[in-house]
Amino acid sequence: MKRMGSGILGSFFMLVESVRMSVANIRQNRLRSFLTILGILIGVTAVIALITTIQSVSGSISDSFSSMGAGTLTVSATGTELKAGLDAEDMRRIAELDGVLGVTPSVSLSTKVARGGALETGVAVSGKNDFYFESNPDAIARGRAINALDLEGKSRVCLINADMVDLFFYGVDPVGEVLYIGGLDFTVIGILSESADETVQSMLSGSADIMIPYTTALKMNSESLVTGITVYTEGDSAAVQDSIEAFLDALYNYEDDTYEITTMDSIEDTMDSMLSMMSALLGGIASIALVVGGIGIMNMMLTSVTERTVEIGLKKAVGARPGQIQAQFLIESFLLSVVGGVSGALLGVALSAALCSVMGTSFQLSYAAIALGVGFSAAVGILFGWSPARKASKLNPIDALRRM
Amino acid sequence: MDREFFRMRGITKVYKMGDEDAVVLRGIDLDIQRGEYLSVLGPSGSGKSTLMNIIGCLDQPTEGEYALDGNRIEDLDELELARIRGSEIGFVFQNAQLLTRLDAQKNVELPLIYAGVRPKERERRAREMLSLVGLSDRMHHRPNQLSGGQQQRVAVARALVTNPTLLLADEPTGALDQRTGRQIMELFQQLSGEGRTIIMITHDLNIAKCARRVVHIIDGNLTEGEEATSP
Repeated sequence: MKRMGSGILGSFFMLVESVRMSVANIRQNRLRSFLTILGILIGVTAVIALITTIQSVSGSISDSFSSMGAGTLTVSATGTELKAGLDAEDMRRIAELDGVLGVTPSVSLSTKVARGGALETGVAVSGKNDFYFESNPDAIARGRAINALDLEGKSRVCLINADMVDLFFYGVDPVGEVLYIGGLDFTVIGILSESADETVQSMLSGSADIMIPYTTALKMNSESLVTGITVYTEGDSAAVQDSIEAFLDALYNYEDDTYEITTMDSIEDTMDSMLSMMSALLGGIASIALVVGGIGIMNMMLTSVTERTVEIGLKKAVGARPGQIQAQFLIESFLLSVVGGVSGALLGVALSAALCSVMGTSFQLSYAAIALGVGFSAAVGILFGWSPARKASKLNPIDALRRM
Repeated sequence: MDREFFRMRGITKVYKMGDEDAVVLRGIDLDIQRGEYLSVLGPSGSGKSTLMNIIGCLDQPTEGEYALDGNRIEDLDELELARIRGSEIGFVFQNAQLLTRLDAQKNVELPLIYAGVRPKERERRAREMLSLVGLSDRMHHRPNQLSGGQQQRVAVARALVTNPTLLLADEPTGALDQRTGRQIMELFQQLSGEGRTIIMITHDLNIAKCARRVVHIIDGNLTEGEEATSP
């Protein structure tokens, strides 16, 4: 009994030869191989472009969250029937809690604004207090802030943003002029800067065009109590959250569905989970393309097995074991899918970088997405190559050779 | 020991054809000595292809015993059959059956690849065999750059490269013109002269006569023919 080369080294040489033969086969059928690779490439490109883009968007969103939202939390207090919201005294007491720098109420209304012949409906007006302007000194481009006297006297004064200036005060210095808001005459005391209203509420509900004293806003809404406040904290917002909860529990008779405290972190978490759900959904849809690409590979391999029946028979006759035949075909489908996967990954990253620059978000390279795309395509190659390879290995050499 | 070199006893092959059984081989006994040059002569449908498949370990008999160089073929599984095909038997087919993508040398190396022989050694042996069949100047030609006779020589080199116990040829001249066929037969004579064991399957009496011993297969039965007059 003769044994020629064998063992691990022999298997290695066999593998090298198999890879070489696979490459030769792939090159033999250039167009067909290219189309098959294209199927995988499109799938991987779609998956990676979508996931990378969404992750970049979500990355820049959370960046801006953490830049603006550090140290604030939002309290929404609908209250009980007896006390539907917070009064000035409650806000003062919250502001005096340990770790709280101050409190800004948010009273919003949407109303008509007019001056001269110009009328604008549905303008977002937000009621603020003096502390808001103290803690956001950049909010005012020109003029003065709302002060304690304005709040006390429910003054009809307002600050307006650049859009309002364009609409109502073309060529006129607005400060000191009169603007009719909700049918009442307001004196413009200042101009808001671009970055005036970068709070979480404004981000979720749109920023205010006009800011007035919150007491005035309450009066215009025929309300006496504030239902939403932003609490500015120093240090650990979780500890502050607990003491605010304790305060509100006492205030509302321990009915904890009467208020809600939202931290930046929890908003960011919600945002993140929304985005990751979206990326999973879109990634899932895109991976259908990968499965289609896999079917393309399977189709090509099946055709290839049929075409190469004689070759398989010959190889079996010269001593190829079924496993070696199977390996040959598996290597081939693996190579096809990995070539598609890698070039798809490159294309996907390029596409995503282009999309990000169009959308103006900073591009963040996701290695996980690339690993996923390439790994998934390799798996597709093996998975869909398996059955044709097995078919080839099971081919009866006599039947195969009889075709000669 | 040599009695075990090649021994067939009562080899029977039955194919299921629906409800009917088609008996292709009816108890064949055949002994071959080491170094013998034998041809199996028979018309088509006589069962000679089936016999070749069994001799070549491509197929297994329904009944009977077959021993080749100490291996009891009827007991082997697919993996072991593949090993026997790779190491004990060298096939030469009617059409050379070369892989068109590979050059002559790579085609000859093919059986060694599956046997796991290292590249340098493969190359050396392939070159040696191509020289033996007179193609040392055609090592890197592709099959389509070779004539039919040259292709068949490459196939012979491929069959010999593993130094097999048995050279098994199925109509080796079937696809060649007379002159080229004669050249291949001369090559076989030469190999036989070097002590190779050769079994040639053919339907052509003139070709069969080239062998030193001829057996006839008709309707699944084997009969010993007259000793061919060796040159």
